[in-house]
Amino acid sequence: MESSIDISTTDTTPGLYIHIPFCKSKCPYCNFYSVTSFTMIDEFLYALFKEMEMYREVFTRFDTVYIGGGTPSLLAIEHFAGILSNIRNIFILSPNPEITVEINPADCPQEYLESMRRLGFNRLNIGVQSFDDKVLTFLKRRHSVREALDTIEAAGNAGFENIGIDLIYGIPGQNMTSWLDTVSQALSLNLVHLSCYQLTIEAGTPLGLRHHRGEIVLHDEELQHAFFIRTSEILEKAGYVPYEVSNFARDISLASKHNQKYWNHTPYLGLGPAAHSFMGHKRWWNHSSLDEYIRDIEAGKLPLDSSEILTREQLHLEAFFLGLRTKRGIHLHNYSCRYGYDLLSEKADALARLVKAGFIEINEGYLQPTRAGLAVADSLVSILAFE
Amino acid sequence: MENIRNFSIIAHIDHGKSTLADRLIQYTGVSNERTFKNQILDNMDIERERGITIKSQAISLPYQARDGNAYSLNLIDTPGHVDFSYEVSRALVSCEGVLLLVDAAQGVQAQTLANLYLAMELGLEVIPIINKIDLPSADVEKVIEQIDSELGLDPDSHLTCSAKEGTGIEEILEAIVARIPPPKGDQQAPLAALIFDAQYDPFRGTVIHCRVFDGEVKRGDIVRLMFNNATYKVEEVGHFLLTRQERDNLSAGEVGYIIAGVKTVSDVRTGDTITLHNRPCEKPLPGFKEIKPVVFASIYPIASDDYEELAVSLEKYKLNDASFIYQKDSSTALGQGFRCGFLGLLHLEIVQERLEREYDLSIILSVPSVRYRFTLKDGTLIDVDNPAHYPDPSAIIKSEEPYIRATMMLPEKYLGAVMKLCMEKRGVNSILNYTGPGRAELIYEIPLAEVIYDYYDRFKSVTQGYGSFDYDVIDYREGSLVLLDILVNGEKVDALSQIVHRDRARARGLLACERLKDEIPRQMFKIAIQGAIGGEIVARTTISAFRKDVTAKCYGGDITRKRKLLEKQRKGKKRMKMIGSVSIPQSAFLAVLKSGTE
Repeated sequence: MESSIDISTTDTTPGLYIHIPFCKSKCPYCNFYSVTSFTMIDEFLYALFKEMEMYREVFTRFDTVYIGGGTPSLLAIEHFAGILSNIRNIFILSPNPEITVEINPADCPQEYLESMRRLGFNRLNIGVQSFDDKVLTFLKRRHSVREALDTIEAAGNAGFENIGIDLIYGIPGQNMTSWLDTVSQALSLNLVHLSCYQLTIEAGTPLGLRHHRGEIVLHDEELQHAFFIRTSEILEKAGYVPYEVSNFARDISLASKHNQKYWNHTPYLGLGPAAHSFMGHKRWWNHSSLDEYIRDIEAGKLPLDSSEILTREQLHLEAFFLGLRTKRGIHLHNYSCRYGYDLLSEKADALARLVKAGFIEINEGYLQPTRAGLAVADSLVSILAFE
Repeated sequence: MENIRNFSIIAHIDHGKSTLADRLIQYTGVSNERTFKNQILDNMDIERERGITIKSQAISLPYQARDGNAYSLNLIDTPGHVDFSYEVSRALVSCEGVLLLVDAAQGVQAQTLANLYLAMELGLEVIPIINKIDLPSADVEKVIEQIDSELGLDPDSHLTCSAKEGTGIEEILEAIVARIPPPKGDQQAPLAALIFDAQYDPFRGTVIHCRVFDGEVKRGDIVRLMFNNATYKVEEVGHFLLTRQERDNLSAGEVGYIIAGVKTVSDVRTGDTITLHNRPCEKPLPGFKEIKPVVFASIYPIASDDYEELAVSLEKYKLNDASFIYQKDSSTALGQGFRCGFLGLLHLEIVQERLEREYDLSIILSVPSVRYRFTLKDGTLIDVDNPAHYPDPSAIIKSEEPYIRATMMLPEKYLGAVMKLCMEKRGVNSILNYTGPGRAELIYEIPLAEVIYDYYDRFKSVTQGYGSFDYDVIDYREGSLVLLDILVNGEKVDALSQIVHRDRARARGLLACERLKDEIPRQMFKIAIQGAIGGEIVARTTISAFRKDVTAKCYGGDITRKRKLLEKQRKGKKRMKMIGSVSIPQSAFLAVLKSGTE
């Protein structure tokens, strides 16, 4: 198996992602694939187990499992038991694997969480989104702030230590004070992990449509920038490591091992509708349709929507933009070995400009974006890769 | 000669000239379906896209008429833009008649007028043809009425056809035979042939397209091009079918080609007279003008590595375009390039597009300039067509700029708007004539620099397309001129420098700044754009830096999409030029040079 792009990355063990494509209701901002009818849950799980079988010879070992969606917490404990036992039967899980599940605060009484913990889940990602009920209403979330707080507490009681929550900022109608209030509430909970996403408008979502019609307007760029910088500063001051554009961990060792595989070009297998997989220089992804997914698997074939073979240049470009999303940045020596391209000498002028302007730093052999640089990481890529 | 008819087609863009030409070609059997390529006469992509003919072409159509005689109908195609009015005039001089093609749905349009008047002045027979009668929106009665009232032609003289459907074609061919007079000429007189076009053939050199007025020419003759006073030995003569068809001779009244070992098209001049070396005609055919470029701009490759390739491409391009001239030039901001001369702005755009399309080059053009004349303190007189060569202002005692005589024909109701435009453009000495009911001819003397700036587009827009415009360069007149520089983050972009009238400088500078602001994408740094005369800043805008451009999430399903976005961006970047630390897209340069109406 080919290793990741950055050869300083010791992590070469693949991660496993499973997409649970069911939601009770669709959140207007979300563009992940899901359906709101649950009639197909059993067929889906049956297909999922068959899909695992199909990859038995291709992937052998995983050290992370991430069950996302959709809304995984709509599944019953027995479903999860089935998923995990199939994973363990078909593949090998490394010792002390990171096993994460995304849950919705509306779905998870303490007994449910206790059972999850017993099944082997050791990391929870809770879709809290905000500690402001008005914002939750705008986002059409099914839960209240109260339920979110209860779920977080229940998760701790259930024995979860590694608890993370998702928060969204830059929402129309949300001002800085409201957002910072959510941040300070999050801080008071002393959680291991925080994901703070700036609201993005995705085409084809109800919010995208409203935005297109001009019914909602995003904050101007200055304010977006202020949200981003303030968030990062406050969380860092409170002891969190801002290890990626939207991700913060109590300690770098507590960063999501699974998600880092995406940014490091470590192999991963994605199962379920719309899931993406990557290995070596190949990426492939499944149908964004539960029906087609099930149909293909029942016909005995991989439910692929499409795939791509990445050229060296494409891998290089991906490594570049993925690396610049992370605090760790790009290891210059390894990059040069791998691509025969010495950024330091080839891009000396641009690097000097960007360093001087405070967008990047070069530390211990790494090209690292500063906080201001992370806010404009896409442009850093474009300047350094294309100019 | 009795059985020859020389004619041309005059039409507005999209009124179906090329389609009609194709039908005539098909009908007369020159091409069969297999060799038939739609719109044979406009054989360059760019012409098809713009719906205009740039180079004129000719074709001989053999036609067996109802009167039982066989005729040779020579169709001479004409370019359809004001920049090429001289070429049009030479093509029309080579004819005895024209087909005036009018779209049945759109009616008479302005663009046909200038050429129609030219044909009428030359005493050519005009056959009005109403095309596209198959369209549901066709209004033939109205067009007939326009032919009478607006064109002053006999409304009963019209024919109708649908070139697309192929109806009415035979009637047109019959009318050409019956109504267009045969050419006159003296076969025994010394050779006098008019060059109306020339094309480059990589194997044979220049193919001269000509109309023989008197005498005859054959292989082996030694001919003289009278203006250039150069002699050549004729290798081949013939006429045009779909390809060249060699013949024993070309004689009075005929249209055809001469190949005579002429290396490049620049060695022949449209409108020049070809005669025999040892038996020359007394004087050249009338109407010759030496065509000189009036608009100048520099061309630079976006990637400096492409310089050699650009040099080779220009050389190739030049082979087929005698009116295009160029020489080496260099810019501090843009590196090595070429200073080029053009007949007008459209000519410039055509050259630019062909270089990009046929030679696959990404180029940047500097702001076009006319040729100014400066008298310096020491008495020297210098011509400057490149702002980079603008003399030290303290040494200038007199500045002059070229003026044109603009002749415009338009419906009376647009007079006010056009006069306002002309005055705004520093037009003087106006003359107004009424040419027919409701139609006016307006003549102004205007600085050429104002016309190349954005005049034509605005003229078309204020006359809603119903005005026609023609011009001649007349003389140089004194004017107060200054050099306007554009600075991007303090760095002078010399390709954007312009010599402008002092009264215009501030407004022009501001407009350039605004245009650049619209076209230059925001970057990581604040960008200051300034217009300056000497050391004085006269206009300024700022492009703020962007602060946030990274999307919030990027997991397994997002990477491919994001990479594709970047790959697309990379393509765009290839059309950007770095000026200092600022990437300026090609479109920004174009926007400044086209600084049109607000």
